[in-house]
Amino acid sequence: MTHVRHGRQVMVLAGGLSHERDVSLRSGRRVADALTRSGTETHIRDVDSTLLSAIRSSPPEVIWPVLHGATGEDGALGDLLGSLGIAYVGSSPSSCRLTWDKPVAKALVRAAGVSTPAGVALSHATFRELGAHAVLELVVDALGLPLVVKPSRGGSALGLTIVRSAAELPSAMIAAYAYGDIVLIERLVEGVEVAVSIVEDEHGQPQTLPAVEIVPDGGVYSYEARYTAGATEFFTPARLSSGAAASAAAASLCAYRTLGHRHLSRVDLIIDGDDRPWFLEANVSPGMTETSLFPMAVEAAGLDASGVYAGVAERALATPGPPDPA
Amino acid sequence: MTPPAGQHGPRSERSHDPVVERSHGSVSEGSHGSRLDPWTKAYAQRTAGMNASEIRALFAVASRPEVVSLAGGMPYLAALPMETVAAAVAQMLATQGLTALQYGSGQGDPVLREQILEVMALEGISAHADDIVVTTGSQQALDLVTRIFIDPGDVVLAESPSYVGALGVFAAYQAQVAHVTSDDDGLVPQALEERILGLLAAGARIKFLYTVPNFHNPAGTTLSAQRRPQIIEICRRHGILVLEDNPYGLLGFDREPYDAMRSLSQEGVVYLGSFSKTFAPGLRVGWALAPHAVREKLVLASESAILCPSAYAQMTVSTYLATCDWKAQIKVYRELYRDRRDAMIESLGALLPQATWTHPDGGFYVWLTLPEGLNSKAMLPRAVTERVAYVPGTAFFADGTGHRNIRLSYCYPDPDRIRVGVRRLARVVQAELELRETFGPYDAMAAGAGPSHGVQSPAPDLS
Repeated sequence: MTHVRHGRQVMVLAGGLSHERDVSLRSGRRVADALTRSGTETHIRDVDSTLLSAIRSSPPEVIWPVLHGATGEDGALGDLLGSLGIAYVGSSPSSCRLTWDKPVAKALVRAAGVSTPAGVALSHATFRELGAHAVLELVVDALGLPLVVKPSRGGSALGLTIVRSAAELPSAMIAAYAYGDIVLIERLVEGVEVAVSIVEDEHGQPQTLPAVEIVPDGGVYSYEARYTAGATEFFTPARLSSGAAASAAAASLCAYRTLGHRHLSRVDLIIDGDDRPWFLEANVSPGMTETSLFPMAVEAAGLDASGVYAGVAERALATPGPPDPA
Repeated sequence: MTPPAGQHGPRSERSHDPVVERSHGSVSEGSHGSRLDPWTKAYAQRTAGMNASEIRALFAVASRPEVVSLAGGMPYLAALPMETVAAAVAQMLATQGLTALQYGSGQGDPVLREQILEVMALEGISAHADDIVVTTGSQQALDLVTRIFIDPGDVVLAESPSYVGALGVFAAYQAQVAHVTSDDDGLVPQALEERILGLLAAGARIKFLYTVPNFHNPAGTTLSAQRRPQIIEICRRHGILVLEDNPYGLLGFDREPYDAMRSLSQEGVVYLGSFSKTFAPGLRVGWALAPHAVREKLVLASESAILCPSAYAQMTVSTYLATCDWKAQIKVYRELYRDRRDAMIESLGALLPQATWTHPDGGFYVWLTLPEGLNSKAMLPRAVTERVAYVPGTAFFADGTGHRNIRLSYCYPDPDRIRVGVRRLARVVQAELELRETFGPYDAMAAGAGPSHGVQSPAPDLS
């Protein structure tokens, strides 16, 4: 993998005002440390009302938005950086928008031939119009139990509840609506939970890294399980048959291409008892913290994070105009 | 550093593995789990609750200027006469630097201990400087008292709600916290008596009553003067020590301070004081005033924990007390915080008629009760979206209750910001009420919320 030339300036964006600010700050510091170790001149910056003028007055060569949630992942920032003509790491604005909206991403990936748990995305207005009881009853009849309830946008399992009885559903809906206006209710697919990280090689070809298998202590990969070291057991590579591992990689690459991702991303899957991968969601700005899956996959691949991240920054310079998804 | 024998963690083993094959495919026989922390199985049981939490993560945005934080507890230090303090401290360091930068006494600077007597006299306490132990903030005194009295499983009685920082200490020493009913006049004596009898009948070992009698954090209430001797008497009768935590006592808005509980009982009360709210929390200077036998143990416990409190910090406080008009400064703070309290109470009255709240006549906090069926913890993400932050009531209970409550602080934001914050909070509550109308009341147990395992309090440097 090529390394960013010494003397390049990378601005890592971390923080912002989203619910995942804390995760973003930690991710950003890790990425910046790794880039600095690679010899790249790197500085970290929060996203606030002075950012755009600061970029305009002293533009870095590359911007790496290590932002989770809202502005970072919804494509808005990419649009603005594109207008400024600055190379940046990550997927195009339209690709971000498709990925950020989980129901949209699921529909696209399903149309491309990858299974995804049956689900329904509903606004609060729908419940008000049709009556919560009737809607929830229909949802449970149609999807069965258990269910996964989560905000249609956002990450880190914030607002996510596993619902095992219909009585738990209303409160799970309230918890999810606290994070956003649309809530996704999905059938829970039992199986092995894995995350497949993808990074472009120096030729711009996406390469899958070894799948990381996630076994949280409480059975749910919640916020606490994600960010408390020790609360989750990870297996790298995942304990999958060779066939299942190949299917997981293929499904992840399919999602990456279908959603028009660029440079790097992470795809979260369940591998069921028949070795079939189920697409849950994709992340254009995967977590990069000490307990995050992308860095774990990099290490499992025998690669050095500094080299990989420097390569990503180099790719951003080489591909200033992000492609739009098909 | 390597893990001790028998504690080899999976991570350390994995690091000796040959490089994992990059191609996807065969199941690696060497594949085994990592917990990212080789010490996972080595931690003591008391570490169990020290986890990341969704709530704590949400506080991260509260430090941003766009967000009105009603969540923190930082005193408004900008009101200090900083130039005067700086000059006095520079003079102190120039003339007494060799003492200020050296190890000091484990019990604390004798000069400061004499000055602390003057501070405590304002609340009716007469004591001897020998019975004072200076600590690294009163938080350390809380830790030391708990350390010398609590065995795992022992019971600590506490108000409902109780100070989150104390609950954290009690959990760290594996105490069981038994909350006692409290109302607008603080602990309810009859409820205390009944709670004690019930616990004793169940075979509990009750060690002490932890109480914040003045301008309670988070409740904003004050234990009435009439109830003070009753509480002392109930505890005396049952052989239960009273741990009186009084960081806010001098910050009353409308009257002179009540006499401290310690003024009513020398043997039955350990009193904790602090300069964090009246002067400077960054110096971390607090103290315990204890019966002499308890004090001896506190000194030894403190020496084993930290050797000695910071000599520099103590001498800075001592210099401040000796050279600045600290009583006038307290008056400045009282007026400043009273204005902010007024702004908050007025805004709540105008904008949140669906809720009820306490009416603090001192201190930093208002304790809000939301309409039935709302859940302050589940609602916090919406508040963050609206750019207002608060601490959910669940943080102040060891038993997982407090869902309908919110702690609002008015100490740091100015009155205009407080009004903006309450307006935003009102929008949040309105949106949650609409959800309640659609889905019915939030059932925390059904939602799997239960008693939280993660840390729910904001960090001390949250504004």
